[in-house]
Amino acid sequence: MSSRIDRLVGRAIVLRADDLDTDRIMPARFLRSVTFEGLEAHVFEDDRRALASQGARHPFDDPARQGARVLITGANFGCGSSREHAPQALARWGLRAIVAESFAEIFIGNALMIGLACVSAARADLERLRQIADQQPDLDVVVDLESRRVHAGDVVVTIHQPESSRSALLSGAWDTTGQLLEHDEDVARTASALPYIRGF
Amino acid sequence: MGQTLFQKTWGRHAVRTLPNGQTQLYVGLHLVHEVTSPQAFDALRARGWRVRAPERTFATLDHIMPTRLEARPFADVMAETMAAALERNCREHGIPLFDRASGAQGIVHVIGPELGLTQPGMTIACGDSHTSTHGAFGALAFGIGTSQVRDVLASQTLAMSPLKVRRIDVSGTLAPGVYAKDLILAIIGRLGIQGGTGFAYEYAGGAVARLSMEERMTLCNMSIEGGARIGYVNPDRTTFDYLRGRRFAPGSSGDAAAFDRACDWWRSMASDPDARWDDTVQIDASSIAPMVTWGINPGQSVGVNGQVPRPEAGAPEAAGVAEALEFMGLTAGQPIAGMPIDVAFIGSCTNGRLSDLREAARIVAGHHVARRVRALVVPGSQAVAAAAEQEGLDEVFRRAGFDWRAAGCSMCLAMNADRLEGREICASTSNRNFKGRQGSPTGRTLLMSPAMVAAAAIAGEVVDVRTWRKDASVLAN
Repeated sequence: MSSRIDRLVGRAIVLRADDLDTDRIMPARFLRSVTFEGLEAHVFEDDRRALASQGARHPFDDPARQGARVLITGANFGCGSSREHAPQALARWGLRAIVAESFAEIFIGNALMIGLACVSAARADLERLRQIADQQPDLDVVVDLESRRVHAGDVVVTIHQPESSRSALLSGAWDTTGQLLEHDEDVARTASALPYIRGF
Repeated sequence: MGQTLFQKTWGRHAVRTLPNGQTQLYVGLHLVHEVTSPQAFDALRARGWRVRAPERTFATLDHIMPTRLEARPFADVMAETMAAALERNCREHGIPLFDRASGAQGIVHVIGPELGLTQPGMTIACGDSHTSTHGAFGALAFGIGTSQVRDVLASQTLAMSPLKVRRIDVSGTLAPGVYAKDLILAIIGRLGIQGGTGFAYEYAGGAVARLSMEERMTLCNMSIEGGARIGYVNPDRTTFDYLRGRRFAPGSSGDAAAFDRACDWWRSMASDPDARWDDTVQIDASSIAPMVTWGINPGQSVGVNGQVPRPEAGAPEAAGVAEALEFMGLTAGQPIAGMPIDVAFIGSCTNGRLSDLREAARIVAGHHVARRVRALVVPGSQAVAAAAEQEGLDEVFRRAGFDWRAAGCSMCLAMNADRLEGREICASTSNRNFKGRQGSPTGRTLLMSPAMVAAAAIAGEVVDVRTWRKDASVLAN
């Protein structure tokens, strides 16, 4: 059984963009490996290099944001490829929660499997969170799954999460394999009732 | 009250309700490849678990495969390591592996249907988002991450929540020169890249009924680009005719009656006429033109005679449009036709099948790739390559100046040596135009149909395949 996850606390990092796809988060060349080790070094690598070459700085390169635990971003985060390398890299970089307007479905499922909390908030509320996080890099942001709120200084916003994800994290049952192995006789019964398994 | 194919198939595969309310869902077919599985096999090994149903599990090598034939070990050390890991894992667990020696190697979403593994009424999972392709057969097929690959290996099930079903009713007829690729790009353009989140897309209507199986695969393949994890077409005569006699199809051992019994069951799994869909959308196929993407996601597309849009001040997508225009080096309002290209790529799980290569070959026959354009054809599987070579398509492409390569994912995501350099612009039959997708962080992708990519390769720029040369009426044949 995995551990209960109910409250994530830490400094925030902000990405002001919608539709950040998993190729952006983790370019495919870093999938040339048989482990997830070391992926954290390459999070958003191409975006970071592109900005650096223009003399600008990506938030993941900002010294004030190192050690951040909560990512605050836009809509449809994690769209595209199903690569778990993307949430793995973000978690290994240090993130414990992502607050976005919305998430792509495969990404949010992959994140849940590794205990990375994904919660959504209304667009206007996200903007309030992004503003205070921009202004106060040292501020601890609290993502409280139990009360369905994010607290950032004076800013308090309501968050949403599929009930199944919330309950899995709160109960510590997000690492599913154990549960799936519990009732093998039910699995066998379901399979043997399928014509294509039984034989036509 | 009738049911949709989604509801029927989900119901037949539901094992139980898990404590958090999700369904434990039985997976009828698990497809495995070298990129998203090694960590999952390691997790099994660490806990001393076995693969629960190796007979429901099939593997191939696709993402990292060099497309120039070479002996093992591969010169690319990482490709060799990943291939060797999959080989070892398959050996240890008794999983059939379709490698090059088997003659059946290819992109996982090309070989599943080809071998008759993909069948109606199944649940199909694979650590790859384009698993939605298999929905063309009326299966519930979806991409999963590596932790879920671990779960399926260990238990042949996974934890999942049911989806709503949106019926996309496509009436009319696709005009000559307009293909399933254009249809799906038009659908994504209309519903948005996030519009399908939480939904399975059920493609229906006369235009879909008339599509071949390979065209239906192209359609379902890109469902995920519209946010829908699953896309499917109800099984019909076209589906059954495709499956009959395939290696893993029912009755392949000579029991013809078994195939007929299978058809009866498959037919029964189709959505009932009085089923209730959570949403319905109407699309007129006749109004669709050949599509070209101009931006950095598959929803940013326009008909070939259209213009690149202007970011509308205040619109929620304005920032995204501006970012895309800057990255692509385009000016708002400029026509997409006439945009020069550097590379032409024909292949991928979206458009790497025999009918795709035939359409492209018809365009390039008797012509030559434009000066400065580098062009390659990568068949989706060894079987596709062999069939194309049998018809002489490889020679047609070679004479026209294309490279004819060996099967794999290749330049769709550039995990092998095939990639864009610098800011090259690629006319591509693949599925994603994300920044950096084709291997160069600054490389640019224009998604199109195989016929459109073929025409662009010859012309050296984006052209309308319906009108680009006087004898384009060949398309009407």
